[in-house]
Amino acid sequence: MLRDITIGQYYPTGSVIHRMDPRVKLFGTLVFLISVFAYKGIVGFAIVTLFLAALISISKVPFRYMIKGLRAIMILMLITALFNLFLTPGEVLIQVWKLKITKEGVMSAIRMAIRLTYLILGTSLMTLTTTPNQLTDGLEKALKPLAKIHVPVHEISMMMSIALRFIPILIEETDKIMKAQMARGASFDEGNIIKKAKSLIPLLVPLFVSAFRRANDLAMAMEARCYCGGDGRTKMKPLRYQSLDYQAYAVLILYLALLLALRVVL
Amino acid sequence: MSIILDKVNYIYGQGTAYETYALKDINLEIKDGQFIGVIGHTGSGKSTLIQHLNGLLRATSGTIYYNGEDIYTEGYSMRALRSKVGLVFQYPEHQLFETTILDDVCFGPMNQGLDKNAAQLRAFEALHSVGIPEELFDQSPFDLSGGQKRRVAIAGVLAMKPEVLILDEPTAGLDPKGRDEILDQVAELHAKQHITVILVSHSMEDVAKYVERIIVMNQGSVMYDDTPKNVFRYYKELEQVGLAAPQVTYLMHELQEKGFPVSCDATTVEEAKQEILSVMRS
Repeated sequence: MLRDITIGQYYPTGSVIHRMDPRVKLFGTLVFLISVFAYKGIVGFAIVTLFLAALISISKVPFRYMIKGLRAIMILMLITALFNLFLTPGEVLIQVWKLKITKEGVMSAIRMAIRLTYLILGTSLMTLTTTPNQLTDGLEKALKPLAKIHVPVHEISMMMSIALRFIPILIEETDKIMKAQMARGASFDEGNIIKKAKSLIPLLVPLFVSAFRRANDLAMAMEARCYCGGDGRTKMKPLRYQSLDYQAYAVLILYLALLLALRVVL
Repeated sequence: MSIILDKVNYIYGQGTAYETYALKDINLEIKDGQFIGVIGHTGSGKSTLIQHLNGLLRATSGTIYYNGEDIYTEGYSMRALRSKVGLVFQYPEHQLFETTILDDVCFGPMNQGLDKNAAQLRAFEALHSVGIPEELFDQSPFDLSGGQKRRVAIAGVLAMKPEVLILDEPTAGLDPKGRDEILDQVAELHAKQHITVILVSHSMEDVAKYVERIIVMNQGSVMYDDTPKNVFRYYKELEQVGLAAPQVTYLMHELQEKGFPVSCDATTVEEAKQEILSVMRS
């Protein structure tokens, strides 16, 4: 159940996308996010869908594996869709008591669900094809200019990569503690909401304790290796663009231009 | 009264890229009152196996019977099973959460439906049996030393009065003194209260010293299932799967090769001593 969360996990397949420069992938994700909100009409939707499908098939990450990550946000999606469904004013289709389902509501609920799904798929495609280390490297280098105005770019990217790395660790830890407490007769899905909330204490307290312990250990290990921020730090494998990356940039810009052009034309 | 595993298979991540057989066709009978050691190198399926015994993991195929009842039948209470088959996980001190030691140990008995007084009585008893002094009972479990924390966590399972106690590497990361204390206390419980004990361990010495039957796991299947003496006769085969025999077994084999007429059956230092002495006297 908890193992189903795939956000922030790396799935090695050695595909073209895996080999790309992380900066390209970051830029690509940004472009894709913009496109998901900027597309217009059925043609635009088709282009976005095709683009995403092409990326997923090139990445060689099994589609079923990607879909698993969606289950975690199912509830969020459902709530968003329901709000859109019932609270959008317009042409009434069905009315039950005070709840109205409008034509516009149905449309916007579908649109919202699709957008959220694509958002998650697009961003998880990035994390599935990029190791946390690459991701931080890319982010740090892409944001480097901001360091001139005293933005702690290195620290931010380091924090981000640690946070990403901790997601699977904490999921595993939760699973372990849950099992240990279940072995002591605890159950996490019985009773009313107050009982359920109370039953989480034996899970959350050890989880926090272990998160702090791990953070402490990590800080120690970093200090033991003389880590003191990004100043004067060089890279063993500095990021350099290859011809593949320039091609990818070209494709991305073409894609965005096409969508924006469609928006203007239609 | 026993636990019977019949053709149990377990597959991790079925239908994904990471699909692996964690258990392959396991047939075992665990009789009442036995002291069993489970050994196997990392990833051999030991932890997966023991999580099946109290229903935390559900076998992909196969059946498990506890006292003759199939635990996978509809309506079988897993909660009742878990209070009879107590499982102490690796690093159990990480599961402590209450504000006082006594409350933490009460967590299990309270989940069994006991009232506060009965639960505290059980907790007192369990904490005594693992050697935690009474003046510590009202302290926070987080202030204890590593070895004490672990004993409190073990008491948390003992307080549920299980008929079968499973310990997953209870001595990992402890110093020799802490290790001996915990294992001696477990052995005492086994002797006095006649509970079945299953000890998962990486230490051949510990296993040889305490258990009467060893189950060797390798790549998800049972490789050997016999008395320590018989299992450690296969010390060469054990080495091939990343395990070993106790050091004294090697010593005895070397003595024999050098021409001393000792038998190689000794698995503990004490047995080896007796054997060498008897050879020297004769």
